[in-house]
Amino acid sequence: MTFFKLTDVRKAFGGLVAVNDLSFEIVPGSIVAMIGPNGAGKSTVFNLITGIYTPTNGRIELEGQTINGLRTDKVTALGIARTFQNIRLFAFMSALDNVMTGRHSRMHCQLFESLLHTPRQRKEEKIVRERARELLRFVDLERDADNYARNLPYGHQRRLEIARALASDPKLLLLDEPAAGMNPKEKEDLIKLIRRIRDTGVTVFLIEHDMNLVMNVSERVTVLDHGEKICEGLPVEVRNDERVIEAYLGRAEGAA
Amino acid sequence: MLKGLGIAALGLLVLVYPLLDHNNAHVDFLTNAGAFILLALGLNIVVGFAGLLDLGYAAFFAIGSYSFALLSSQQFEIHIPFWVMLFLASAIAAIFGILLGAPTLRLRGDYLAIVTLGFGEIVPQTFLNLSQWTNGPNGISSLDQPSFFGRAFGFSATPYYYVIIALIAIAILLASNLQNSRLGRAWMAIREDELAARHMGVNTTTTKLAAFALGASFSGMAGCVYAAKLDLVSPDQFQFNVSVLVLSMLVLGGMGNIVGVIVGSFILSFINSFLLPQSTALAQSVGLHLDFTNYRFMLYGFILVAMMLFRPEGLIPSRQRKAEFKEAMKDPHLASQEQEEYEERPGLTV
Repeated sequence: MTFFKLTDVRKAFGGLVAVNDLSFEIVPGSIVAMIGPNGAGKSTVFNLITGIYTPTNGRIELEGQTINGLRTDKVTALGIARTFQNIRLFAFMSALDNVMTGRHSRMHCQLFESLLHTPRQRKEEKIVRERARELLRFVDLERDADNYARNLPYGHQRRLEIARALASDPKLLLLDEPAAGMNPKEKEDLIKLIRRIRDTGVTVFLIEHDMNLVMNVSERVTVLDHGEKICEGLPVEVRNDERVIEAYLGRAEGAA
Repeated sequence: MLKGLGIAALGLLVLVYPLLDHNNAHVDFLTNAGAFILLALGLNIVVGFAGLLDLGYAAFFAIGSYSFALLSSQQFEIHIPFWVMLFLASAIAAIFGILLGAPTLRLRGDYLAIVTLGFGEIVPQTFLNLSQWTNGPNGISSLDQPSFFGRAFGFSATPYYYVIIALIAIAILLASNLQNSRLGRAWMAIREDELAARHMGVNTTTTKLAAFALGASFSGMAGCVYAAKLDLVSPDQFQFNVSVLVLSMLVLGGMGNIVGVIVGSFILSFINSFLLPQSTALAQSVGLHLDFTNYRFMLYGFILVAMMLFRPEGLIPSRQRKAEFKEAMKDPHLASQEQEEYEERPGLTV
């Protein structure tokens, strides 16, 4: 059984085909990347996976289960978490509360337990708080636990979003341009963090524009252009692929 | 320590007040104010916690009141005991909370406000026009008198006062429990960013409906007590101005903060049912023909405008609101732009 698989996934908005019969697989425990010029349809792929959009055609499978068309919260419960290209933290909630909220799908407490604070509720709350602190430590934000997400520096916000996503114990973590706006030092730390996440058993799938980071961290790269997969392979293969260079830089003169 | 003592002293004063002040009118006023505190605590769950602007909240107050009037009176010869009705009325209101909530789930901000406003108008109109059951504009009177271990409540406001105080205490406990729970965080998350909340595994449908249902149930309970005490329900008690009054209490006190909401609620009740009638009486006793109660809405308007100018986050705001308003004040354009971005974006930018 394959871990994660897209089969002929297509998404059309009216006449515009944003994703065109895309197929690929992800091996568990790997770090894979998707690259492509602006507007290639990368974020749309993430939105299809997390149930924001329903594919027009094709199938998305996680561990043999078809997940396309599922509601976003159910996709999360099945083990897919994500971060956002433009950070979408809960701005006026503390960093700790952000991460605790990320744990929502793994909590069992229902309405009446929340109302009455039953012993079971208190116990669960305590465990979740501990776990959230652990995750903050994991991304090196323990000192920011009580600060509002809004008040954290940009790089910290990016890491907090990752911690929040990890709180749902995902099998597959989707990172949407995690290095956007980061300085070289932060990027270096991010690469280490992504590797540490993988080492905990989480498969990482990222969209990124920073070629250096992509080539450095990912084991397989898929290249998207105009919604179509134009190349897939090892970073070194992709880097030297003519179609990829063409997509990014345009056709070489005289080659036509 | 000092704060704890203060709270204990205030609690004690609240408990023994009817023994100290034998003026039934005062206790009566406090009981009515208590009913409005209960309403405000309920609306705070919907608007303050979950961020769903509800302009038709009086509808649930009406549903609670009419539930008692129809099921505990001569009207249909049904006489369900008051204590059972407290829970039944809040359950009925909660069901209507879900019925109202369901069609509004996709709406937010202004659109949600307009739909809830419509619902707030429909409910009293329905009670008005179902005259074969509700006596239309005359309302329903001679409701069953509650009794406590065989002793009827009588015409004194004191027993109702204690019922309301007990209900407020329970409401405060439940509301603060909710705030620090899985559900409370889910509400906050929806308020901050609904799409991100969904990605955390929050089922936004059931979570929003829970807010509507719980908010409505507080209101239904308040309605039940209010109807029993007044011994009358009629459609004109539940007009739009009641919804606005309760919302104003939240704005004045500080949305999302339980203490703030109680303070705001008490202040407006005090002005509305005590200060204005008393000063009118005083003016007339010295020969001035002034009726200050006519200036009620003008005064509310002044208060709200002054609040918006000087303390938009409310008298005792929650930590969050305070930070939000501080941010908005620093750069008003930034704040409003961001709001738009969140509201007009159905999905993520591609």
